[in-house]
Amino acid sequence: MSAQAAFAAALVDPALPCPPGLLAWNGSDPARRFAVYRNNVVVSLIDALADGFPVVQALVGDQFFRAMARRYVVDRPPASAVMAEYGDDFADFIAGFAPAAGLPYLADLARLERCRVTACHAADAAAIDPAQLAAALADPATLPDLRLALHPALRVLASDYAIVALWAAHQGVGALAEVHPGRPESALVLRYGLDVEVIGITAAAAAFVASLAAGYCLGQAMAAAGAHEAAFDPTAILATLIAKGAVCTVCTASARHPQGEHHD
Amino acid sequence: MPAPLDLPGPAGAPAPAGLPVRAGLGLKPAHFRDILETRPALGFFEIHAENYLVAGGPFHHYLSEIGQHYPLSVHGVGLSIGGEGPLDAAHLDRLAALLDRYQPAAFSEHLAWSSHGCAFLNDLLPLPYDRATLDRVCQHIDVVQHRLNRRMLLENPATYVEFAASTLSETEFIGEVVRRTGCGLLLDVNNVYVSCTNHGRDPYAYLDALPLAAVGEIHLAGFAEDVDAAGDRLLIDNHGSPVAEAVWDLYRYALAGSGPVATLIERDHDVPALAVLLAEAGRADGALAAAAAPRRAA
Repeated sequence: MSAQAAFAAALVDPALPCPPGLLAWNGSDPARRFAVYRNNVVVSLIDALADGFPVVQALVGDQFFRAMARRYVVDRPPASAVMAEYGDDFADFIAGFAPAAGLPYLADLARLERCRVTACHAADAAAIDPAQLAAALADPATLPDLRLALHPALRVLASDYAIVALWAAHQGVGALAEVHPGRPESALVLRYGLDVEVIGITAAAAAFVASLAAGYCLGQAMAAAGAHEAAFDPTAILATLIAKGAVCTVCTASARHPQGEHHD
Repeated sequence: MPAPLDLPGPAGAPAPAGLPVRAGLGLKPAHFRDILETRPALGFFEIHAENYLVAGGPFHHYLSEIGQHYPLSVHGVGLSIGGEGPLDAAHLDRLAALLDRYQPAAFSEHLAWSSHGCAFLNDLLPLPYDRATLDRVCQHIDVVQHRLNRRMLLENPATYVEFAASTLSETEFIGEVVRRTGCGLLLDVNNVYVSCTNHGRDPYAYLDALPLAAVGEIHLAGFAEDVDAAGDRLLIDNHGSPVAEAVWDLYRYALAGSGPVATLIERDHDVPALAVLLAEAGRADGALAAAAAPRRAA
């Protein structure tokens, strides 16, 4: 094992002894000094997670959150120096973290908070000119074949739990005590101006937007929504997407395949 | 021995203008709007590169706006120049794109390592000062300077342990890196004070032993107090408090050796209101003005 490998291993595993070859000028035990590095590494990474998951932290309390985050940090340290990229699988970790099993909605709350972070830092894109979009939507005959490219910051999250109400209650909107956590909710996360917004939408609308975001055309998105709600009317959700600048381009495509499957 | 560099400079293309000889502040998201609304008189703003290696959104929006009014310094905290393995080429590419986009007046990184294998450890970890480490650090700095096509500034570290394997002093090591690679020095005066206290050295003698003519920027920050296993002072470089008086004294001494040079007030924890940091920056400006004034006869 190289010197840095031994140093790195001991940093994240407190059961390992202080690495060999360290000195203090006064002959004191270097383990006490090495502990400063141990603390810096683990605490700074826990702090990074706390920054990105404030509602998860509020739901479980600081002490529980930091103990859970410590396990995650040690098990899954970041692969990148860009801290905004850390925590993609924290929700999966929470789902498998036995001490949190009493809060079955916690993992989806973490997913929602992660969506907010990635939405905040996603690429910029201009909204489509409303006149161009209106013209494209005007002809009922071509509507099913229309493809709307949505903003890179847009995310959709469908949950079996009341993630939108739980999140909103921590922003001072609604009372936490009145939320029924077991009620299924879906969230639309997008960036409007410089702010990230969380908007509660129906399961059918979530399926519709997710379908559009995956590159399917309007007709296919309608079918996806129809599986949730037979008489689904896309007017309201389309109006929301347009008002929030979340539609960037529109095109009519005859091929009914997601954009990702094209190789031409 | 690394190949000699052909960096932009007096012999080639014009060098970047460099930071103005004034005080600057670290750019904090909590201050974005305040800065744009009040446009305080300040020499420059410095960012941590890794906070801006994201695709878009408010960070780039505000940095672009602020960059139209102030010179920028980009300070990397994740390149792991002292790492045993090769530099992360993808990370270096992202840094290059960031520098290309914002054309900062300075780019700096640390004499430290922060990654091992696939793990990023999010701290600036210490190095033994021996020949093998010296060769590796110089080689990495050569790679960085070629890829970024600019001279970088290397920051002296704050450390808590020393290595039995070291055969050079820290100042000898840094002096040799500067000589071999042509990089400049980011002199962190707080780090000098912290490390010298932690290792029982005289910080003034430490400064005397550095190539101060290579200093392109100075950092000032606050530290926290701890003790080691023998009960001696162990200072923690935490950027969470105002600059200590002992560090201001050391700063004025450093300026006498380096001449006036762009000076950053670093504050990364318990960040106060912008006005509080501007007052500290004003104090650094005062020291810079005093260092620039003609010396009176004794």
